Amino acid sequence: MKRFIGFIKKEFYHIFRDRRSLFILFGMPIAQILLFGFAITNEINNVDIAILDHSKDASTEEIINKISASKYFTIKQMIANEAEIEPAFKKGKIKAVLNFEKDFSKNIIKERKATIQIITDATDPNTANSITNYVNSILQNYQQSENKSIQIDYQIIPQTRMVYNTELKSVFMFVPGVMTIILMLVSAMMTSISITREKELGTMEILLVSPLKPFQVIIGKVVPYIFLSVINAIVIVVLSIFIFKMPVQGSLLLLGLESVLFIITSLALGILISTIAETQQAAMMISLMGLMLPVILLSGFIFPISSMPVPLQIISNIIPAKWFIIIIKGIMLKGVGMAFIWKETLILIGMTLFFIGLSVKKYKIRLE
Amino acid sequence: MKEENVIEVNQLTKTFGDFTAVNAISFEVKKGEIFGFLGANGAGKTTAMKMLIGISKPSSGTAKVAGFDVYSQTESIKRNIGYMSQKFALYDDLTVKENITFFGGIYGLSRKKIKEKREELVSELGLENISNKLVGSLPLGWKQKLSFSVSLLHEPKIVFLDEPTGGVDPITRRQFWEMIYKAANQGTTIFVTTHYMDEAEYCDKVSIMVEGKIEALDTPKKLKEQFRVDSMNDVFLKLARIPSPTLPKGNGENIDRN
Ligand SMILES: Nc1ncnc2c1ncn2[C@@H]1O[C@H](COP(=O)(O)OP(=O)(O)O)[C@@H](O)[C@H]1O
Ligand SMILES: [Mg+2]
Repeated sequence: MKRFIGFIKKEFYHIFRDRRSLFILFGMPIAQILLFGFAITNEINNVDIAILDHSKDASTEEIINKISASKYFTIKQMIANEAEIEPAFKKGKIKAVLNFEKDFSKNIIKERKATIQIITDATDPNTANSITNYVNSILQNYQQSENKSIQIDYQIIPQTRMVYNTELKSVFMFVPGVMTIILMLVSAMMTSISITREKELGTMEILLVSPLKPFQVIIGKVVPYIFLSVINAIVIVVLSIFIFKMPVQGSLLLLGLESVLFIITSLALGILISTIAETQQAAMMISLMGLMLPVILLSGFIFPISSMPVPLQIISNIIPAKWFIIIIKGIMLKGVGMAFIWKETLILIGMTLFFIGLSVKKYKIRLE
Repeated sequence: MKEENVIEVNQLTKTFGDFTAVNAISFEVKKGEIFGFLGANGAGKTTAMKMLIGISKPSSGTAKVAGFDVYSQTESIKRNIGYMSQKFALYDDLTVKENITFFGGIYGLSRKKIKEKREELVSELGLENISNKLVGSLPLGWKQKLSFSVSLLHEPKIVFLDEPTGGVDPITRRQFWEMIYKAANQGTTIFVTTHYMDEAEYCDKVSIMVEGKIEALDTPKKLKEQFRVDSMNDVFLKLARIPSPTLPKGNGENIDRN
């Protein structure tokens, strides 16, 4: 035990005497969460849109009023016909055009169905996607209030998304993703770098010649990062709650335990990487390319998994981050308990054991 | 006392795929002896040493170190040996004192013992003024001496030194060899690899390795007699001239280091 404490102390010396480590560990998470937080917050505030209203009746007027009253949209322009849509986009000022069909009110009453076309500027697919969702929410909101007063069921646009995030703040959607990325980065990349560093310097050999067993060396290297990652997770949650007023619906304890599980998964990945990589450079590249990129692209953090091509949807299943994001979104945004996330939790545990097993095997081969 | 064998190696071999890095080597090292393990760069010295210290499994042959088997008793071997690797291997970002404390710690020395050793070592090496400086800021020669002292911290029976004097100036090399003598006089067995042939003169016994095989094994004096030359350097030159298409391209003298 005394040996162990000495080992951990030494690991902290390494971390606190290295600017790069300090930056990755503490600068980056805070910068990322603030950046994402504010960038996303700005994105959904006051997006400029144009309206093309072919009906100009009571219903469309009310919907337009609701839209302009929301802080998400600013109606920049009323346009008269389809021919003006393209010039409006080309000027670059507006991000979307809402096109109300002819006889909107009449259709609602007669056909119980009216159509509104949402044309978005898809050069920025995320913004476009958000805009669609926001408009949909406003429409749904309108329908609900109308349905109550006039007692007829009708539909403007089927609305499925954003059910849980009722306040429509998409920063809430990003916090779980950012947290996942940061925990992954700190745990997997930092451990793989710090282990390969010892290999590169030759100190790993000295440690292996000492009476310490290989697994003791690895645990000694990993424990400080568990500790630091937990601190990071806490900082992220606290920032989200106090700066972005993010409500954490579910149990904080469960959130904590699941985070520790994911941290261990990431550490196992980091160890696996360090059995493959011979240099710090290689460890860093493998971590970035092999972990960060899939996490960003395939975990559902930025691009919804449901809108990916099927092969990518299948691949996304082997990405631990995907499951962790489902878990923490569930806990943070929906307030679910273990009953709803046990499957994802088991998958993460299984993956962790697999990575550890693989590392042990690789490690043995290396020693042959 | 001197008759006790602390290392016994018999037909020890290591292959990497088709390539035989260490080819059926056999030798013995007695307690308190300074055993010089010589050979050009790439001869297989490091590979052989790694098998003896228990971090690389031999392909065939047998070996005992400090009485323990290199296949099955590596944990016991590790407790009885010190090792200084070919790469400088202390932590540059830790101070002299912190390095000593850390390595003492992983060998399970008590806090009191570590403190004692630390003070002894710092004063012996004359590092009083810089014991709180990062090791990375020290000149290479000092680092090497410190590294050697650290490998002796837990008072091992045998210490394995892999090219300990590589790249340091002649004066520091001399001082280093004085430290080696001192440790040997206290009963520590020294197993040292080098490609500086002049250093071979300081050893009690040397083996010269060429392309994975031991081509000569005796005291420096007897080897010089046998080859009828005046220096170990000439012994090596003669060995290197043995007509063989597979000999290394080395010229026998201070062949480039790893
Ligand atoms: N892990 C390895 N895999 C393949 N070849 C190796 C490995 N380690 C060493 N070798 C080869 O074995 C030979 C002997 O290397 P080494 O023992 O390091 O020589 P020395 O220490 O005498 O300079 C070299 O040709 C080297 O390339
Ligand atoms: Mg070598």
